[in-house]
Amino acid sequence: MFEQVISAAITVIIGVGAALAYFWGSNWLLDRFLLTGPDDSAQKSLRRDRARSTIRPWLFLLPALLFLSIFLVYPVFETIRLSLMDSGSKNFIGLSNYIWAFQDPAFLQSITNNIIWLIIVPAVATALGLLIAVIADRLWWGNIAKSLIFMPMAISFVGASVIWKFIYDYRGVDTDQIGILNAIVQGLGGTAQAWITLPVWNSVFLMIIMIWIEVGFAMVILSAALRGVSEETLEAARIDGANDIQIFFGIMIPQIMPTIIVVWTTITIKVLKVFDIILAMTNGQWDTQVLANLMFDWMFRGSDFGRGSTIAIIIMLAVMPIMIWNIRQSNKEEGTK
Amino acid sequence: MIVKALKKMTWGRAAAHALLLFLVLIWTLPTVGLMISSLRDKDQLSVSGWWSALTLTERNEVARLPKADKQLEENGQFIIRGELFEAGSGRTVISFGTSANSIGQAKPGDIIPMRDNGNISLSENGSYEWVSNEKFTHTRGPRLFYEAGIPPSFSLDNYFEVMQSQGIGRSFINSFTVTIPATIIPILIAAFAAYALAWMSFPGRGWIVAIVVGLLVVPLQMSLIPLLRMYNTIANITGGQAKSYLGIWMAHTAFGLPLAIYLLRNYMVGLPREIMESARIDGASHFKIFTTIVLPLSFPALASFAIFQFLWVWNDLLVATVFLGNTDSTLVLTGRLRELLGSRGNNWEILTSGAFVSIIVPLIVFFSLQRYFVRGLLAGSVK
Repeated sequence: MFEQVISAAITVIIGVGAALAYFWGSNWLLDRFLLTGPDDSAQKSLRRDRARSTIRPWLFLLPALLFLSIFLVYPVFETIRLSLMDSGSKNFIGLSNYIWAFQDPAFLQSITNNIIWLIIVPAVATALGLLIAVIADRLWWGNIAKSLIFMPMAISFVGASVIWKFIYDYRGVDTDQIGILNAIVQGLGGTAQAWITLPVWNSVFLMIIMIWIEVGFAMVILSAALRGVSEETLEAARIDGANDIQIFFGIMIPQIMPTIIVVWTTITIKVLKVFDIILAMTNGQWDTQVLANLMFDWMFRGSDFGRGSTIAIIIMLAVMPIMIWNIRQSNKEEGTK
Repeated sequence: MIVKALKKMTWGRAAAHALLLFLVLIWTLPTVGLMISSLRDKDQLSVSGWWSALTLTERNEVARLPKADKQLEENGQFIIRGELFEAGSGRTVISFGTSANSIGQAKPGDIIPMRDNGNISLSENGSYEWVSNEKFTHTRGPRLFYEAGIPPSFSLDNYFEVMQSQGIGRSFINSFTVTIPATIIPILIAAFAAYALAWMSFPGRGWIVAIVVGLLVVPLQMSLIPLLRMYNTIANITGGQAKSYLGIWMAHTAFGLPLAIYLLRNYMVGLPREIMESARIDGASHFKIFTTIVLPLSFPALASFAIFQFLWVWNDLLVATVFLGNTDSTLVLTGRLRELLGSRGNNWEILTSGAFVSIIVPLIVFFSLQRYFVRGLLAGSVK
C-alpha cells in the first residue's frame, strides 16, 4: 500500500517532468537549430523565422494530438470496423450484428427504455432547475438552497445509487420498513412494495436518481442566464401591467431559450451514456436495461466485441446530431480558419 | 424586524418559501439519511428507519437458557439465574414469552410457567430466574422469546469495519492513486495545446478546434473495445500487464483532454491582446509568454478544470472497471461499492458507511472550491 502511494507520487513527478522536459526541450532545440544571427542575410533570417513559426505550434500541440488520436479518434474508426466483424473480431460478417440487434428483444427493450429516459430526464431536470433558479434568486436564503440542491453533482452515480437504494428498500409486508419511501407509503395506509422490481415504474425510480443529480447543473446554468435578462425590458413589461407569470413566459423564457437548449442537450448526452445507475441498482433486470449497460454486458460477460461495438455505434449515432450542431455553433463564432 | 418581514410576506412569497424548502428537503434528506444511518448501531439500523434513530428501537429477540448443569439448589428449590443483556448495554425487556407466538404473553416482573418444568420470571433489566421444585435434567436449554427495547447508540464502528475488513480502506488508496496523476497530467498537456489554438496562427487551426468540440460529446463507449484490444496486444508483446495504473492514467488523461483544451482555450482567447503584443515586441518567445504570462493569468480556468477532472475521475466506474479490473487489490471506491451492493446488498451498515467514505472526498472538494466549479460549468457548456 505504501509502495503504491510512492509509485503514484513518482508517476506525477515523472509525468509532469517528462511533459515539461518535452515542451522546454523541443522549444530549445527549435530555437537552437533555426537560430538567426546578425550576420545572416535578410533572406536567410526571414526563411528561418518563418520555419520556426510554422513548426512551433505543432510542438505545443503534439502531445495533445497524440493522445486525442490514439484514445479517441482512432477508436471511433476501429469500433466501426469491429461492429462489422464476428465475436472474436476475426471474420467480416457485414451488417449481421446490426440485423441481430434489431431482432434481439433485450436490445429493443434497451432502446425503448433509452427513449423513455431521453423524454423524461432532460425535460424534468431542466424544468425543475429553472423553477428552482427562479424561486431561489428572489429569496434571501436562495444561495444556501442552491448550494444544497447543487451538492448531488459531486456524488458519483454509484454513491447516489446506494443512497437511493436505501430509500427504496423493502422489508416484507408485515415488518417495519427502513426505506423511507415504503415507510411513507405505509404511513399513508398503502402497502409496501419492492419498488425496484416492479417493471415500468422501476425505470422511473432509476430516473429519479439521475434527475436528483442533474437538477443542480441545470439550475446553476439557468440561474446565470436569468441574471443576464435585461432589467430594462422587465421594467418596461411591469409598467405595461404584465404580471409575474406573463413576464416569466413572455420575456424570460424566450430570452434564455438558447441556454435552455444547451442544458437540455448536455443532459441528453449524459442520459445516453448513463450506465452506472442501472448496473448498480438492477443490472438490467426487471426490464430496466439501457444501451450503455447492454454494451457493457456484451463486452465483458458475452465477450462479443462485434455486438458490443454495434451497440456503441448506435449510441454514437444518437449523439451525432448534437455533435454536428455543436461544431456548427462553434464554427459560427470562430470560422474554420 | 421580524414583524416588518412578516408584513411584507404575501401569500405568493410564502408559497415560494414553502416550495423551495420542500425541494431543498428532498435534495438533502437522502444524503442526511445515509449519514445518520452509517453512524447507527448495525442491529438497530436493520430494524428501524433512520428517522427514528433517536427513539427506542423495539426488536424481537430469542435467547437460549443455560443447560441443567448451571442450576443451583437453594432452600430445596432448583434455580437457574442469568442475564439476557450485557452489563451497561442499557437495553430493557418490553415483553416476553415461551414461544415466538406468545412473545407478548408476559410483562417484565411477571412469572410464567416453562414448558418442561418450573416457572420463569424476567425483570425489565434482563435478569431472569427460572425456579423449579424438581431437579433440572435437560441437556439443551429451552428458548426464551422477548421484545427488547434498544436505546439509540451512535458510533464509528461501521466505519472501522468497512475500512478494515471490507476493503474500503484499500480502495480509498487506490482511488487516490488513480485520481491524482489523472488530474495533474492532462492540465499541463492541455494548457500548451490551448495556448497554440488561442494565440498562434497556423493552417488547420480552425479544424482542430472543430474536432475538439466534436470530441467533447463522443461517448466513451466508442473507445473502450479498441483500447482494450490495444492494451491486450501491447501486454502480449511486452509481457507486461494489460490492466495497470499506467494504462488508466493515460486513458483518463486522453478522455479529459477535449474538455480541458476547450475550457482553457476559451479562457485564453479572452486574455487581453495588448499584453501579448507588448511582450512580443519586447522579444519574448511564445514559450516565454506562455509560461510567464498566460499560465499564471489562466489560474481560474486551470482550477475549474482540475476540479472537474478530479470529480469525474474519482466518481468514474466505467473506465476503472475496464482498464484497472475487478481484482481485490485494484478496485477503486466506486467499483468496491458496486461489488458490495451485489454481495452485501442487505447489510446497510456496510453500504451506508462505505458510500459515505466514497462521497466525502468529492463533497469536501466541491464545497471548498464551489466558486471555481460553477465558473467552469458556465464556461464548459457549449454555447
